[in-house]
Amino acid sequence: MTAGNQAPTQDSDPGDLPRFRGSFLGGMRAGVGLGVAVFVLGLTFGALARADGWGLIAPLAGSAVIFSSSAQFTLVTVLSGGGAIPAAVAAASLINARFLSMGLSVAPSLKGGRWRRSLEGQAVVDGSWIVAHLGGGRFDRARLMGATAVQYPAWIGGTALGMLLAPTQHQIEAFGLDLMFPAFFLVMLIDELRVSAQARYAAMIGAALASSIIFIAPGGLAVIGATAAALIGLADFPRGRELCERAYG
Amino acid sequence: MRAGLWIAIIAVAAASFALKATGPAVLGQQELPVRANRAISLLAPVLLAALVITDIAGERWNGLSWPILLGLAATAISRLLKAPSLGAVLIGMLVTAALRFIT
Repeated sequence: MTAGNQAPTQDSDPGDLPRFRGSFLGGMRAGVGLGVAVFVLGLTFGALARADGWGLIAPLAGSAVIFSSSAQFTLVTVLSGGGAIPAAVAAASLINARFLSMGLSVAPSLKGGRWRRSLEGQAVVDGSWIVAHLGGGRFDRARLMGATAVQYPAWIGGTALGMLLAPTQHQIEAFGLDLMFPAFFLVMLIDELRVSAQARYAAMIGAALASSIIFIAPGGLAVIGATAAALIGLADFPRGRELCERAYG
Repeated sequence: MRAGLWIAIIAVAAASFALKATGPAVLGQQELPVRANRAISLLAPVLLAALVITDIAGERWNGLSWPILLGLAATAISRLLKAPSLGAVLIGMLVTAALRFIT
């Protein structure tokens, strides 16, 4: 993607600090735009989490240790919708299940033993994963880390500012800030729907399940119940259609 | 709520750490079976669709709001017309705020 002119890190000398530094700085530069978006999202998260009764420390701690806008937005959404703690944890963790695939994809590009690789894998967040992609399934770990190094403080800083400003519910609605969560989810969903026909089928089934379950259960359970739609990934039937789409656009 | 909230934060942080660490630490260069990988990759669109629905529906579909629906429509159209993520969200917020201001 954006890193097409960078040499794959795994091919470079591990002691080659200038090369690592160059790629890291390149990742930081690419991460600035992402950092601005992350800051604004963090601001909204901090404001709404405090408005939902999270207090002053929990939103900041959440941003520091979870560092995932989608998981944290899910946590707020499910808890504020009256969902139980296990349902909120399950939904927030499941939304992060994509990190399993992302972790697998970057694994060959990371260095060191088991512990070091698992720590390096923590640099994987959506924007950084895209920035670090060299194409052909290869990743530049220095760019990955550089882009994340910008977004992490932006996320925490945004959370802190949103928490301190602490707008009232009336102000949140007047500025349309309550649209931020669903709009953010919708944008991510549209991007996911572009990936494959199977993603579109699964999302439609998931939406139908959630729409039905919410009549009889809290939002958290509706979200968990909808995940059954992902099981269509175990079937092979849309494969031919996907291949046709790839071939003919 | 407060103790439960902290448990939730710690649990999600641990799960997030484990999800990111599993690939690099345990599986290394091995790959998951294609079907399992496909099901995992479908969790994201499914959950996102469900979250959008539950966000706009509210409890038992009692939380529907026209400014929110039209704001989301503006966000979707903007994104489909290749607006940047944040731009599409801000356009939606602007539409929702404007509708609430004039009604």
